Amino acid sequence: MVIPKPSMDNTEATLPANYIHTVIEPPKGWAALELGELWKFRELLFFLTWRDIKVRYKQTALGAAWAILQPVLTMVVFSIIFGGLARLPSEGIPYPIFTFTALLPWQLFAFALTQSSNSLVGSQNLISKVYFPRLVVPFSSVLAGVVDFGIAFLVLVGLMAYYGIGLTPAALLLPVFLLLALTSALAIGLWLSALNVKYRDIRYVVPFLTQFWMYATPIAYSSSLIPEKWRWLYSLNPMTGVVEGFRWAILGKSSLDVLSMSISAGMVVTLLIGGLYYFKRMESSFADIL
Amino acid sequence: MSEIAIRVEHLGKQYRLGAQQAGYKTFRESLVNTANAPLRWLKGERKAEKNTFWALDDVSFEVKHGEAIGIIGRNGAGKSTLLKILSRITSPTRGRVDIYGRVGSLLEVGTGFHPELSGRENIYLNGAILGMSRVEIMRKFDEIVDFSGIEKFLDTPVKHYSSGMYVRLAFAVAAHLEPEILVVDEVLAVGDAAFQKRCLGKMGDVAKQGRTVLFVSHNMGAVKKLCSRGILLENGFISSQGIIEDVINKYLESTYQSNNFRKSEICFPENPELNIQILRIALMDNNGNLSNVYGIWDSILLELYVVVRKKLHGSNLAIQVSRDGDILFNSFDIDESPEYFEARDQGYYHYCIPFPKNIFPKGTYSIDVSSGISGIGQIEIHTDVLLFEIEVNQEDFNHKSYSRTSRIIVPMVWDIRKVSSYIFDKR
Repeated sequence: MVIPKPSMDNTEATLPANYIHTVIEPPKGWAALELGELWKFRELLFFLTWRDIKVRYKQTALGAAWAILQPVLTMVVFSIIFGGLARLPSEGIPYPIFTFTALLPWQLFAFALTQSSNSLVGSQNLISKVYFPRLVVPFSSVLAGVVDFGIAFLVLVGLMAYYGIGLTPAALLLPVFLLLALTSALAIGLWLSALNVKYRDIRYVVPFLTQFWMYATPIAYSSSLIPEKWRWLYSLNPMTGVVEGFRWAILGKSSLDVLSMSISAGMVVTLLIGGLYYFKRMESSFADIL
Repeated sequence: MSEIAIRVEHLGKQYRLGAQQAGYKTFRESLVNTANAPLRWLKGERKAEKNTFWALDDVSFEVKHGEAIGIIGRNGAGKSTLLKILSRITSPTRGRVDIYGRVGSLLEVGTGFHPELSGRENIYLNGAILGMSRVEIMRKFDEIVDFSGIEKFLDTPVKHYSSGMYVRLAFAVAAHLEPEILVVDEVLAVGDAAFQKRCLGKMGDVAKQGRTVLFVSHNMGAVKKLCSRGILLENGFISSQGIIEDVINKYLESTYQSNNFRKSEICFPENPELNIQILRIALMDNNGNLSNVYGIWDSILLELYVVVRKKLHGSNLAIQVSRDGDILFNSFDIDESPEYFEARDQGYYHYCIPFPKNIFPKGTYSIDVSSGISGIGQIEIHTDVLLFEIEVNQEDFNHKSYSRTSRIIVPMVWDIRKVSSYIFDKR
């Protein structure tokens, strides 16, 4: 910061020393991520998340019941078709609880992904009228999914009590897998939300994507059905790691496949960093295109 | 205190023409584009410059701390683009801006208001969006509620608010923003007159507290009241800057010199996308002769042709007459014919609006004509669409007040009698 020289002429403008200095310039290719900026706007992040949660429950007739109905009904259908009719193996765990532990993180992921993909387009009026780091928008819509997850988790606790399954110390690692699920959703959400601004096709792609993705994730079936030599490829799906992790942490399944976990986690980090940079690059044009 | 608050150097912003309609593309178009790119390159069409225009071009100016600057110009002169760049909503194509201090920008009131949330919740949400911290909002909460005057409805979802209440609440939040530099777009174009006045007062306070204000408005009266310096933008360039009165006069001069001056009728091509459209505006005297020069005693008729393409509810047409940037009066077609507010059938309408006789002193007057839907917004606005001049004849002058500097003439008949005595002294 330049210290202003004392000036004789009173009207001569001097450079101020004790104000925040902001520079506005044309965007230059790959910009810095400026994650510190995101931290500065953490309160806005909080308020937008809070708004999303509040509005969702206000506008629906059943409100929070949806958070329970969706995974429970899916569990019932899966239990009848895959557990009952197809008799898929479930690693010696009652099929309903086997699939429900996977549905929990999956629904969180799918919901967060869908919401964040549409978040920028949905916040058009904000983006064209106010400045804030645009990352706040997909970020907050991912976070808003956590409440639903929390509610559905209570159902899981009930199920476990019903089937007489106790928690193991591994459950302490649940937050880690929860974070991994959220990060996956955010990573993909960043790509899709930024693309959605430019190509509104994304709106139609997302429902298909989540549907296909669900079958590529060990939700209705066990990953032990996948041949050993293809495991690494299968683990490139970050949700494989998340779902495996959940089953391990909650049901205490024999052991955690560390290699496949690492592949999933590595994939998430790669997607996230790529997504952040892509998002940042596109950020400056959002207000002009929307 | 003469430190720099904002320094703008050679700022330019380029837009692609038609970007508004074709804002987003589909994958297919994009693929076709990419596939065609080598072909175009062979043909020698590098980057197509022809489909772009500069909304701002080589704009440079400085604002010092504590200054209130008015930015004026016609529609499309680049005012909004400038504000959007200064508020960091969009980025410039060229140039550089240095800002010293915390910026608060109000390009709209009630940004981010959610209809399902209550007034209380929206105060917090909107405050956070405008950049206030939670602690700050909590501290000012009572003041905000007080200013808005909606205490009773604080816990009602804002979707049940009247549009007036909504705007009052939104402005109340915005008015309590305390940045070092305030950037304001025509947010005052909303709300009733009394509330507008209060907002102007509040903004005046801000300017007096030594904070820097950048104010964009069509309301020359408000700009004159608030700002000490002005910048006039024309087609993306700064055509004048300096003391606000001078800049406003330049703006008015250029308006008067533009095509509309000396024109006493103007027609617009039909645009089937508008549900209600103003097709023709004309000024004429009592005998139907088009004219824009009148004497004080002349009758002036404003004639409008309007088409309604869809049966509408809540629609209105409005005119506004101003002189030297000060609004003299405005009038709505539904003022005296409320049945048109309820419903307006499809078809063509002819309006004949006689202006009151003998109220305009000598000067140049400008007319705005607009259409809108109540509670939704404006459909069309034609600012300064026609001008007329009032000339004063020699015989009007004879010791009368008509040429004096009052805003309007009010002919008053004074009852005058000579009396025999003065009685009140005797009591």
